[in-house]
Amino acid sequence: MRKVNQKAWFFVLPVLILVAFNALVPMMTVVNYSVQETFGNNQFFWHGLGWFQDILRSERFHAALGRQFLFTFLILIIEVPLGVIIALSMPRKGFWVPVCLVTMALPMLIPWNVVGAMWNIFTLPDIGLLGYFMNHVLGIDYNMTRSPLAAWVTIITMDVWHWTSLVVLLCYAGLVSIPDAYYQAAKIDGASNWAVFRYIQLPKMKQVLTIAVLLRFMDSFNIYTEPFVLTGGGPGNSTTLLSIDLVKIALGQFDLGPAAAMSLIYFAITLFVSWLFYTLMTRHDVK
Amino acid sequence: MQKRSIIPILYIIFLMLPIYWLVAMSFKTTQEILGGFSLFPQKWTLASYRTIFTDPTWYWGYINSIIYVTINTVISVTVALPAAYAFSRYRFLGDKQLFFWLLTNRMAPAAVFALPFFQLYSAMELFDTHIAVALAHCLFNIPLAVWILEGFMGGVPKELDETAFVDGYSFPRFFTQIFLPTIKAGVGVAAFFCFMFSWVELLLAKTLTAVYAKPIAATMTRTASSAGYELGLLAAAGTLTIIPGAIVIWFVRNYIAKGFALGRV
Repeated sequence: MRKVNQKAWFFVLPVLILVAFNALVPMMTVVNYSVQETFGNNQFFWHGLGWFQDILRSERFHAALGRQFLFTFLILIIEVPLGVIIALSMPRKGFWVPVCLVTMALPMLIPWNVVGAMWNIFTLPDIGLLGYFMNHVLGIDYNMTRSPLAAWVTIITMDVWHWTSLVVLLCYAGLVSIPDAYYQAAKIDGASNWAVFRYIQLPKMKQVLTIAVLLRFMDSFNIYTEPFVLTGGGPGNSTTLLSIDLVKIALGQFDLGPAAAMSLIYFAITLFVSWLFYTLMTRHDVK
Repeated sequence: MQKRSIIPILYIIFLMLPIYWLVAMSFKTTQEILGGFSLFPQKWTLASYRTIFTDPTWYWGYINSIIYVTINTVISVTVALPAAYAFSRYRFLGDKQLFFWLLTNRMAPAAVFALPFFQLYSAMELFDTHIAVALAHCLFNIPLAVWILEGFMGGVPKELDETAFVDGYSFPRFFTQIFLPTIKAGVGVAAFFCFMFSWVELLLAKTLTAVYAKPIAATMTRTASSAGYELGLLAAAGTLTIIPGAIVIWFVRNYIAKGFALGRV
């Protein structure tokens, strides 16, 4: 049992000050904007909850939110199973382990706008490797500046490329912590591959999978730079995800009130869904 | 060679293809890029790289990025160490709430904070300095560092602390001479993650800088839009941004698997 020691607060104080400074001051600014109206000249008027009502009723917000949920949903149902499958088939020891880990982690260390630019170059219809292959070898008309479907397929593929490794590495960390004795026991019992997965590997991966799903949810729900660089939200508004729309309102149109109200609603949704995932996935641990 | 190793191999090929294309592009001449499709560079050229290494606006982008990433990593890990120790060893008023609140900062979309950050750091006259970006990135890196370090420290038995205090070690001596060496893998992993997230983040870094602290990734976006479509240059700059990450990851390769589980497996 941990000791009760109120002096421990002094250890946490530097962290508290730095994070609070970065989190609370900007957050208060956002709250401040969200309840005021301005007509320029730095004059602000009390607007109550008007902006919140406007945002919650606006079709533009509903559309962006819908696209955002679709994007995150697709990301989770592709990346999580794929990550588990790859982790299961990776070697457990030997020369190839560090090679696999380093090459798989590499995409995550590339700056996000470089990821966008890289995929842009990769998918250019006539001179990109993928674009050329699709258009001239397979004969499929593939151009994401024209077709919303192509744009969606590309941003999903890009995110799978970028972040599946996170799921892989987390699951792999869970798998290598299983003692060999478990597998030997399963072999003696004549357990099928499925049974080994279901009763040995999956329970051991549960904790890391929770972390993986939470991180992938938060990050894909907040995604901005990569799709912005790749498609700029287009063609039309077809790939305008929530963050992209928010930045358009805040920095493009400089509508600070609506943008601030939208930020707070956005943040509240992220918090709520994260809490929901966390509660659902750890529900059985309590029993 | 087992049948199932085909899956990781295919996956790694999939990961390497766009990177290969970027690197190949960086060695091509502009005429070759725009002239048509070629799988390998027909005429190798270092012109793009030469431009980057001789033009100060380009190479200063790299130096700026490395400066603020380093400052951020040092600050984040230094303040996170005592905090993580407190969370893993003691109970105190509001500890659980505080820990959860720290983690919620990881959920806030950077887009939400861009404008208020600009105003905050302008008001403090820190706009366009390395320290501004380093401090701003603390928002998501400190919680992460605390989380990772707490996981690693939880794996160290408490008897270690108690024995050291019985032997007459003062707290600072115990912490630096006994405890830190014990969890050095955790410190390495935490530093790696701080480096990674500070290196790849662009939105805040771009918002908080104009000229003197402009990160390389922002220099790239500007060039791509203003100076026409210089794909070769863009590809070369992109290739160079992969290198620091690749070097850092090589150093922590043996700890990656455990580090990604945040020490909690």
